[in-house]
Amino acid sequence: MKSRLTSIQIIVVCFVLCSLALGQDLASFEKRTTVKKLSNGLTIIICERPEAPVFSFFTHVDVGSVQDPMGKTGLAHMFEHMAFKGTDTIGTRDYAGEKVALAKVEDAYAAYIAERDKPVDRDEQKLKQLEQSWKDAIAAADKFSAAYNNEFGKIVEGEGGEGMNAGTNYDETQYFYSFPVNRLELWAYLESERFLHPVLRQFYKERNVVIEERRMRVDSNPFGRLLEQFSEEAFVAHPYHRPTIGWISDLNSFSAADAQIFFDKYYVPSNMVVTVVGDVKASEAMPILEKYFSRIPARPKPDTATTTEPAQNSERSVVLHEQSQPVYLEGYHRPDYRSPDDQVYDAIADLMSSGRTSRLYRALVRDKQIASDSEGFTGYPGNKYPHLFAFYALPIPGHKPQEMADAIHVEIERLKKEDISDEELKMIKTRAKANLIRSLGSNEGLASELGLYQARYDDWRELFRSVDRIEKVTKADIRRVANRTFVPDNRTVGIIEFAGGPPGTGAGPQGGGQ
Amino acid sequence: MKRARFSFFALVLAVFIGLGIFSGNVQLWAQTQPWQQIPVSKLPAFHPPQPKRIELPNGMVVFLQEDHELPTIDGTARIRGGERSVPANKTGLTDIYGEVWRTGGTKSQTGDQLDDYLEQRAAKVETGGSVDSTTVSWSCLKEDFDDVFRVFEDVLKNPEFRADKIEIAQKGQYDGISRRNDEPGQIAGREAAKLVYGAKNPYARVPEYRTVAAITRQDLVEWHGKYVHPNNIILGVVGDFDSAKMEARLREAFASWPRGPAANDPEIKPEPAKPGYYEVDKTDVNQSNIQMVALGITRKNPDYFATSVFNEAFGGGSSSRLFGDIRTTKGLAYAVGGGVGAGWDHPGMLRLMVSTKSKTTIESIQALDEEIAGLAKRPIDDEEIKRAKDAILNSFVFRFDSPAKVLQEKMAYEFYGYPLDFLEKFQKGIEGVTKEDVARVAAKYVHREQMAVLVVGNVSEFDKPLSSLGTVNKLDIAIPAAPPGLMPEQGEHP
Repeated sequence: MKSRLTSIQIIVVCFVLCSLALGQDLASFEKRTTVKKLSNGLTIIICERPEAPVFSFFTHVDVGSVQDPMGKTGLAHMFEHMAFKGTDTIGTRDYAGEKVALAKVEDAYAAYIAERDKPVDRDEQKLKQLEQSWKDAIAAADKFSAAYNNEFGKIVEGEGGEGMNAGTNYDETQYFYSFPVNRLELWAYLESERFLHPVLRQFYKERNVVIEERRMRVDSNPFGRLLEQFSEEAFVAHPYHRPTIGWISDLNSFSAADAQIFFDKYYVPSNMVVTVVGDVKASEAMPILEKYFSRIPARPKPDTATTTEPAQNSERSVVLHEQSQPVYLEGYHRPDYRSPDDQVYDAIADLMSSGRTSRLYRALVRDKQIASDSEGFTGYPGNKYPHLFAFYALPIPGHKPQEMADAIHVEIERLKKEDISDEELKMIKTRAKANLIRSLGSNEGLASELGLYQARYDDWRELFRSVDRIEKVTKADIRRVANRTFVPDNRTVGIIEFAGGPPGTGAGPQGGGQ
Repeated sequence: MKRARFSFFALVLAVFIGLGIFSGNVQLWAQTQPWQQIPVSKLPAFHPPQPKRIELPNGMVVFLQEDHELPTIDGTARIRGGERSVPANKTGLTDIYGEVWRTGGTKSQTGDQLDDYLEQRAAKVETGGSVDSTTVSWSCLKEDFDDVFRVFEDVLKNPEFRADKIEIAQKGQYDGISRRNDEPGQIAGREAAKLVYGAKNPYARVPEYRTVAAITRQDLVEWHGKYVHPNNIILGVVGDFDSAKMEARLREAFASWPRGPAANDPEIKPEPAKPGYYEVDKTDVNQSNIQMVALGITRKNPDYFATSVFNEAFGGGSSSRLFGDIRTTKGLAYAVGGGVGAGWDHPGMLRLMVSTKSKTTIESIQALDEEIAGLAKRPIDDEEIKRAKDAILNSFVFRFDSPAKVLQEKMAYEFYGYPLDFLEKFQKGIEGVTKEDVARVAAKYVHREQMAVLVVGNVSEFDKPLSSLGTVNKLDIAIPAAPPGLMPEQGEHP
């Protein structure tokens, strides 16, 4: 074994074999992947993977919190929650009556908000009455659905649905779960129905649920608080500066009517890619999917133009004084995912962060022993628009955020001034291939990736081509991109400083000293 | 095109609807609904590949699971003996051991040399420690198997536990200790376990500065010498290989390895805290983490099947009572759920949890109280039982839809002494559960008066003091100071 440890031959052999393995996979994916764009503009991908009698799907909607209207942050995510509330048949047995009652809720809410938000002359007595009328209207509407609470989820779970969930980020919204294959047609009905006839019932209670989600992820979590402030500081113009979960005042203001408008505008078939992966045959499944998803009427593709973040010409920073232990974070603006240098950034992230051979681990954790963890990563807080390449480090007891900054900057300077080694460059490329191979082994993972790449590049094959592009990255590319990106005036710093324990608990600084 | 991947960033960046846990209003479908008219054919018969079980003469048990989909080969050796066998004054030993086993290198290679060697192949050999076992695993592309397996074997048999890496591992542990009160969810999970098993119980205790500082290289060497013998090892391999050839390779590597003393698990008696209210004041949050806890059961308990159905119906997903009532109808929480936890070889935790804003803390505790009381007044009904059983049985195929999952199941059964067909027994067990069974286990295990109620929250913001419900025990979670001289620049943080 000893003689092999430094053998370049082995690396080369591995390299060739990796390429072969990958080639086979790409060819095999070509054979078993079918894409069809329906006449309403919706894209369907079916990938045959007959490993077990199950399938997974991802519905990828090309809308994220970046599209939240001004003053209504959190709306994209709020709609995602509402997509589990059922339809005109799922969740009620008297939609005609419910529809009227829900309209009354909206009227009452609008009247309440109009009074609540009056800049002057708010009538507190009247406000109370309006609030009560709104709550009464909710109670009246709830009578139409109370006996069928969560019926959508109950059908999915009762039929054996696994992992039902959805996620919203800045760039897109995804809905997903898995079913046994004998439920393919049932699934096609349920999934198309929820975007054909969504009913935004129980909206204001679900809004409270979302506010609790905000409390959990952001308000009551020091990392959450840091990231919210950090993003706000790093982006001044682009919507990446706003939280996906939404500002509390917006969450307490937007309405079901707002969510309906949002849905009508962005949930159009041409904005959706539905990907099915599993033990299905495209020849049999495609007609079923086409039958159900064709029912969604074509609507015009929305205008999704947003502000372009202007160049940052000054270093910025936020410092949070917390009861919790220190954290260091810094980010640098970079172009969006379509940049020809996209894979150069991926290569830098891999070099700096992957495993115990990574530069940050070796410098900060192994050699200087000042951090418990340190990485560089790209894609913050999204990647569809120009975003950040960021670095973080968690100082171990007795060390400060500034030491993290200094140590990270030493590594950045090395990146700018010296070529990375042949071994490092090979490692990056070998890992990119191995990571791709490992990502192909699950229905969920494949459905998510194929749908994302189809939505982003209009071609799922880009999933494989991105690895080819990593193959072309050179040492000079890495130096060039590092020199262009990692400069002080392009930097935003986010720090949690330990500011003492909570009153009365006697909790001391790191190390537990008191 | 990469996304931010670090977990605490991912947590905040992407927001999920978060269904993971079920509403129980009676629904009688008087007429056939549209979705009920869609035909569901019988699921085709599916017999997932079963791993080949081999027992070597020295007692080592091997499972070989071929999976030719991707050109990879992965393996895990699970070794009996874990943190529960560590003396209290060395708590955290298997964390240090689980890290340094790999980072400390082998007799012939340093950990850093192994890092370079493996990363050049995009391969991993990793070690870890847990409450009942330690592990050495590898993952590699098929072409690199010989290279990587040699490293695996060397790490398994010949670790060196170099001192410099012990120091790094200890520093990492100190960091973890210093941060353990930063997030309320982490505090609640840790303190709830202490209430159920006892603060000093091996299933609940946590490492402290002094216990980690007390761990020496000799401890790690001795641990390895005591436990790592073939008769204490279960090895599972999955991937693109030929079983006959793999078996030959493994016999070559391990057949001559002599037996050693068998690992013995200690007798551990849970010492639950007295039922009542327990409070942790955290002034930098606006949401309370509430957990009602008591001792659960093991999967060997004949009631395991009925409690599984009960859990599904009561607190297990978006169809459950807790989800429907407390989240959907009352809008009190994003995270709510729970059930009677079942451990493999020791009782799990019965846990009902809800996270709610500070000013509905007491209201939410009372809402959980109502749900528990409701179990007697409004027992889980036929409709709920049917849906819960359907949910478990119709999704049953997902327990074995990949060769790796089948392998993991079998390895767990082998490790904990369950029959290797336990999964089939589970399916039959669920099918046989009746409404009466569910009512019986609810009455048998869910006793409000026997639960400890833990609240981690911002006490001054509660709707009412917790003491309005009963006597409150305030929990001190201050982190015990490090021994003198352990930390650099002790106390220098402002």
